[in-house]
Amino acid sequence: MAKHEIRSPIPGTFYRKPAPDQPVFKDVGDTVAKGDTIGLVEVMKTFHEVKADADGTITAFVLDNEEPVMAGQPLAELD
Amino acid sequence: MPIERLLIANRGEIAVRIIRAARELGIETVQVHSAADADSRAVQLADRAIDIGPPQAAKSYLNVEAILDAAKSAGANAIHPGYGFLAENADFADAVVAAGMAFVGPSGDTIRLMGDKAAARRQAQEAGVPTVPGSDGVIEDMDAAKALAVDLGFPVMIKAAAGGGGRGIRIAHSADEFATLAPQASSEALAAFGDGGIYVEKVIERARHIEVQVLGDGTDVVHCFERECSLQRRRQKVWEEAPSVALKPEVRDGLCASAVALAKSVGYSGAGTIEYLYDDATGDYYFIEMNTRIQVEHPVTEMICGVDLVAEMIRIAGGERLRLSQGDLRAKGHAIEVRLNAEDPANNFMPFPGQIAELTLPDGPGVRFDHMLYRGYQIPPFYDSLLGKLIVWGEDREHAMARLGRALGEMSITGLPTTAPLFQALLGSDDVRASAVHTRWLEPWLEENQHMIMDRGGAAA
Repeated sequence: MAKHEIRSPIPGTFYRKPAPDQPVFKDVGDTVAKGDTIGLVEVMKTFHEVKADADGTITAFVLDNEEPVMAGQPLAELD
Repeated sequence: MPIERLLIANRGEIAVRIIRAARELGIETVQVHSAADADSRAVQLADRAIDIGPPQAAKSYLNVEAILDAAKSAGANAIHPGYGFLAENADFADAVVAAGMAFVGPSGDTIRLMGDKAAARRQAQEAGVPTVPGSDGVIEDMDAAKALAVDLGFPVMIKAAAGGGGRGIRIAHSADEFATLAPQASSEALAAFGDGGIYVEKVIERARHIEVQVLGDGTDVVHCFERECSLQRRRQKVWEEAPSVALKPEVRDGLCASAVALAKSVGYSGAGTIEYLYDDATGDYYFIEMNTRIQVEHPVTEMICGVDLVAEMIRIAGGERLRLSQGDLRAKGHAIEVRLNAEDPANNFMPFPGQIAELTLPDGPGVRFDHMLYRGYQIPPFYDSLLGKLIVWGEDREHAMARLGRALGEMSITGLPTTAPLFQALLGSDDVRASAVHTRWLEPWLEENQHMIMDRGGAAA
């Protein structure tokens, strides 16, 4: 299957966890279905869920937790 | 210790505001900034700028060590915290003083005391300031709770002592309803927070948000009258005025005197705001909390009093006594401020950190625009959405609203949506024109008028 990138629709700060004391939404090796939440992007103090736009298995996270992200930048790679 | 070099531990429009006040006082300015704010207006205006870390606030504007290091290396002898970030962090205030600098604000102990809701409520009661009627702490006995609720008069709010963010709150409209809801609230609180403690508070329906500006030098305190900020969305103020047209003169006198009494009782130093709920039906007012910092909406007070609050708080931090007596302070005319946010009012106020394309600012008589914008400025996505504040002054409220409409008509910001269409729409509301509003007025109005605001947004773009 071709490599697919999940991109952030908005700029902000990327979070892999729903809250600091909770586990990550998804990890490398997890399978995801279209519509699954893979992380949050905080823009101007509001949080928006980033959802997988394809089915697949996560092969890598391009960004670490709490890293700044620009709109359109890849967050994770699917196979 | 007179302030010679001031470090500004903030960003955006308030950093610009502080730099201006400092410069007029002959004080040098040091602007700390994150990597995302290197090309901000505050950095361009300050005498010196120091990068203190990555974009995320936790690694820059909230990084106490980096800020103190910057202050030392720049030779600053005072720090202004602005609002938000570290402004009401008592440990930061203490650390600034321990490092041998002046903190532009009250002492760490005062911040700590007024930041604790229960302690602040007790302090207010001891100073003779009315608080929202309710139980003194947690209620154990349901029969006693019911008797108290009947005493307070319905509706009453049942709150979980350990709750927060609106969870664990019930509103009872009668004694029967209370008897059903109170045990529910208690067991929900026990399940959610591991603590079933509840307390009871009277619901002030149709309350206005009214707040009193005070200035203190640690001994003396004066007030600069009140502001009304009843137009709120999600508990965020969007439109503020001074004075409040809801208050009769004798009520205003009592309200402002109570704020002075509370500030005096804690030996308040600097600029502060005491917030109240005002019950239109009875004319009663109740203390909610004290904000121990300069507030976003301070300019409306400056416009009616002719006082530079930011300059005054810097002077006080530098060891000066209050320069104004209560008798010197007179309110003249009416001022309105609207908050211009980088949000799309046609899309549920979704934040939109775009780039400023064209920028035409309003000016002329009675118009002030405190902002951080310039043509081509890319709004960083990492901080709040406030772009600026349009403030107008008029001889009376009618005149101020006419000026607000005129100024909004002159203003044009393209490249990103802003909340400007909301204010044009609000000026057309009969309730706003008559000031027949309360803190829960705006949200239902927004739902009913969504299409009208969208149309205005479309026309403005």
